[in-house]
Amino acid sequence: MINTLWKIFRTGIVTENVLGQDTENIEVIGQKLSKLIKKRFKGSLKIRHIDAGSCNGCELEIHALNNPIYDIERYGVHFTASPRFADLLLVTGPVSRNMEIALKRTYDATPTPKVVVAVGDCGWNGGIFGESYASLGGIDKVIPVDVIIKGCPPTPSALLNGIILAISN
Amino acid sequence: MKQQFTHNEVPLDKYFETAEQMKKKLAVLTAEWAAEIEDYFEIYACYRLNSQYIIVKTKCAKTQPDFPSLTSLFIVANRSERLIHSLFGIIPIGHPDLRPWIKFEDWPTDIFPLRKNVDGTQSFDRVHGEYGWVRSVGEGICEIPVGPVHAGIIEPGHFRFHAVGETIVNLEERFGYTHKGIEKRFESLGWQDGAKLAGRVSGDSTVAHTIGYCQALESLSDTIIPKRAAWLRALLLERERIANHLGDIGAICNDASFVILFFQFMRLKEKLMKTNQQLWGHRFMMDIVVPGGLSIDLSDVGINIILKELIWLEKEFDELVKIYDGNPSLEERVLTTGILTKEQALELGVVGYVARASGLKMDCRADYPFSPYDQISVRVSTYTDGDVNARIWVRIDEVRESIRIIRFLLNELPIGQVTVVCNRPEPNKVGFSAVESWRGETLYWLQSDYQGQLTRCMVRDSSSVNWLALEYAVMNNIVADFPLCNKSFNASYSGNDL
Repeated sequence: MINTLWKIFRTGIVTENVLGQDTENIEVIGQKLSKLIKKRFKGSLKIRHIDAGSCNGCELEIHALNNPIYDIERYGVHFTASPRFADLLLVTGPVSRNMEIALKRTYDATPTPKVVVAVGDCGWNGGIFGESYASLGGIDKVIPVDVIIKGCPPTPSALLNGIILAISN
Repeated sequence: MKQQFTHNEVPLDKYFETAEQMKKKLAVLTAEWAAEIEDYFEIYACYRLNSQYIIVKTKCAKTQPDFPSLTSLFIVANRSERLIHSLFGIIPIGHPDLRPWIKFEDWPTDIFPLRKNVDGTQSFDRVHGEYGWVRSVGEGICEIPVGPVHAGIIEPGHFRFHAVGETIVNLEERFGYTHKGIEKRFESLGWQDGAKLAGRVSGDSTVAHTIGYCQALESLSDTIIPKRAAWLRALLLERERIANHLGDIGAICNDASFVILFFQFMRLKEKLMKTNQQLWGHRFMMDIVVPGGLSIDLSDVGINIILKELIWLEKEFDELVKIYDGNPSLEERVLTTGILTKEQALELGVVGYVARASGLKMDCRADYPFSPYDQISVRVSTYTDGDVNARIWVRIDEVRESIRIIRFLLNELPIGQVTVVCNRPEPNKVGFSAVESWRGETLYWLQSDYQGQLTRCMVRDSSSVNWLALEYAVMNNIVADFPLCNKSFNASYSGNDL
């Protein structure tokens, strides 16, 4: 026990301020981000992450948002287990043929107003997987997208800034 | 040093007999796949015998597309033969379970995407169909379907538990949700761009997959990479191993609700990722390994940064391991949970830390080394318990071993260039490579046609064999321990589905 407490004490706070960094790859395309929605979500946002067929690179970086360096919870942003509680869907791509229905159903299960953020080059346009018998391409082929965060994979600071941008005034 | 493998052809009626002989010699089936050449389908079985890979090939005419199933001899063949049946339409005769695999029931049954007459860029209509789930009946048995959209930040897959009270009596996995048509995509991309795609088969093991692809390609085209490039590739591979093991140990602790270690291990991992960004311009070191060598050299300043970081990492890591080791509440969760016995591990042909935690001493870096691993003599760590705790300890030992390897590599790093021009693949040849990714043995097999174009690229991620073992390991555990077991295996969905 003493080891544990000593380690916590010695480590201190390691969280970094990354607001405003890595923002060049974020693109807002949706019309829905009205002031009202932004105002409603400000200070408390629930995210449901959906992997629609990614290679898991994006997932690792989304994971990193919860580590003590990026600590997205300090902005009132939480990942939730159910789409029923979600305000924002964070979707990685490309959308595989086998995930298309599950993605649509998760989108439908999310209450409006909702914001959809497409993550990564594959979520944007299918990336290297393109469009094929098994891959439908970008997320916007299946559900409407509001914000795109490009990159392969996008860095945690790009993800954090993209999410904050989607909900701030 | 080039990796050697033997390639034998047998007639179709001797295919099963050869497998029986292999089984008698205690060989393990590592992969089975198909290819198409003119009027024939070729079926390949790859065996691992001691530290040798033996590939046995047979042919069947397109007019009668079938071959004898090996599932009765090797359980591993079960899913790979279902895959051959689903994507190639070749029938494994004697296979007990020919439900579609990876290809879903709403695909047209007469379309086999990996056949050459199918245009990979076309999409198909959905048809009506139903998957025949394993059912269990009886008083008190309940079914728990989970996925494909899970509760956490993870990849999609479906798990169906049959539970009596809290105890799991059966688990059925179903995958294919992340099937992106990677193997077909390789055929249309061309050999130069294939490395990029290989790096995205499974994002967390991007370095291992790219090395696997590039080595197979280089053996196909008789390209010899500079010594420095080989050594730096190994450095990248070991850094990837450390980063992923750190993340995994933390995540397992998190699943056991010991969040302090999760945050601490993530802090160490993040430091490594930032150094990767600084030295190679990418946090996962994607696209650094290219056919013919590496795209970026490592400067002397970079070497010092890494060596300095290792001193810091070693100290921090030891402190965290001490906390892990001395915590009874954590022990309570990880000891005797998710046991995979040595007999099961052997029978199921598992690889990587899952195999080593169940007492199987195997590691491509030691058994089937490519340069520079032939000069390192990797110490392979094994445990016998086969539980979650053993899988964590294998990872702990491997982090320490990787630190030793990186120090060795950097102290003896050869001087010179890091890239040569990769030759064109020679016509009608095959290339093969086996790389120990942080997860385990990763296989690549490439085939070129008469013009020297890649006509088939087979990828076998370690996950494809380890997933099945999870079904066995969770048996008789409580449902609440499933995340813990799953994380300790940490197989890739994308690497399995392709």
